[in-house]
Amino acid sequence: MSRFLLPFAVFLVLLGFLFVGLKLNPREVPSPLIGKPAPAFTLSQLHEPAQTFSPQSMRGRVWLLNVWASWCVACRDEHPLLVDFARSHPVAIVGLNYKDRPEDAQAWLARLGDPYVLSVSDPEGRVGIDFGVYGVPETFLIDSQGIIRHKQIGPVTAEVLQEEILPLIHELEQG
Amino acid sequence: MRVLAAALLAILAALSGAPLADEAVPTAQDPVAAKRSVELSRKLRCLVCQNQSIAESNADLAVDLRRQIDEQIAAGKTDAEIVAFMTDRYGDFVLYQPPFKTTTVLLWAGPALLLLVGLVALRRALRRQAEAPADAPLTERQRALAARLLREQTAPGSKEPR
Repeated sequence: MSRFLLPFAVFLVLLGFLFVGLKLNPREVPSPLIGKPAPAFTLSQLHEPAQTFSPQSMRGRVWLLNVWASWCVACRDEHPLLVDFARSHPVAIVGLNYKDRPEDAQAWLARLGDPYVLSVSDPEGRVGIDFGVYGVPETFLIDSQGIIRHKQIGPVTAEVLQEEILPLIHELEQG
Repeated sequence: MRVLAAALLAILAALSGAPLADEAVPTAQDPVAAKRSVELSRKLRCLVCQNQSIAESNADLAVDLRRQIDEQIAAGKTDAEIVAFMTDRYGDFVLYQPPFKTTTVLLWAGPALLLLVGLVALRRALRRQAEAPADAPLTERQRALAARLLREQTAPGSKEPR
């Protein structure tokens, strides 16, 4: 009896590992930027290229940085949710228009609605690299001290918004 | 015929040569820097197509990261600085060879540990076998029984022993 007990225990442990492994998403790479200051940048605005924006100007506010592009299919799925969110919540969303053509980006926003207080253009994706962006869309939650608190890789869903992002925003705004 | 082929080749070379010369960044012309760039990009994983290195992948991000490497080499950064630039942004996941840290101890020591466990188990099994009593000689009765069974089985036309 005992000669089967050990292999069986090993088998159960293995089964446990495999079961957990089934639910892991290898595409979700934990960002080393969480808990660190958002990288500084100065980029020209999508709608008014003569004006620039840098994250320092958002000090004292909790805000979202959403990385998007008109060529990005998943961004289209996410977009109505952001438009809705912008209407119903006072939290500012800044768009980082990643590796896009300004005219395409502007047309996209004109057609689908613009949830952003402003968007900035990152035509070569350099700021994207500083933020560790590898799959558009990505969304960063940045607190009043300019620290990145949360990163959503891939489209923000209603679930993620309700269960992760909104509670965190409330918590940060209380503190 | 040969003249025609040569002319075609010349045209092709002229056509393909021009854009190539346009695209090449200054570092790529320096063989040492180019070698460093390739070696570095082989060590880094592309996050879009996760089983390819930056050197192998043609994903947009890989192209951008290769450009970053080239620029940083040109700017005089060391290999360690460039790798740190990547891990600061993308985490240890970009490294094909993860660093030895408290969180990766099991990863690095795991195989050796498993080998050790296997060796200990093997030793115990061998020792148990050695300690087992040697086969005792058969008694007369057992010998007679075995002989009868063998005879019954090999004798032609005999019934199967029950």
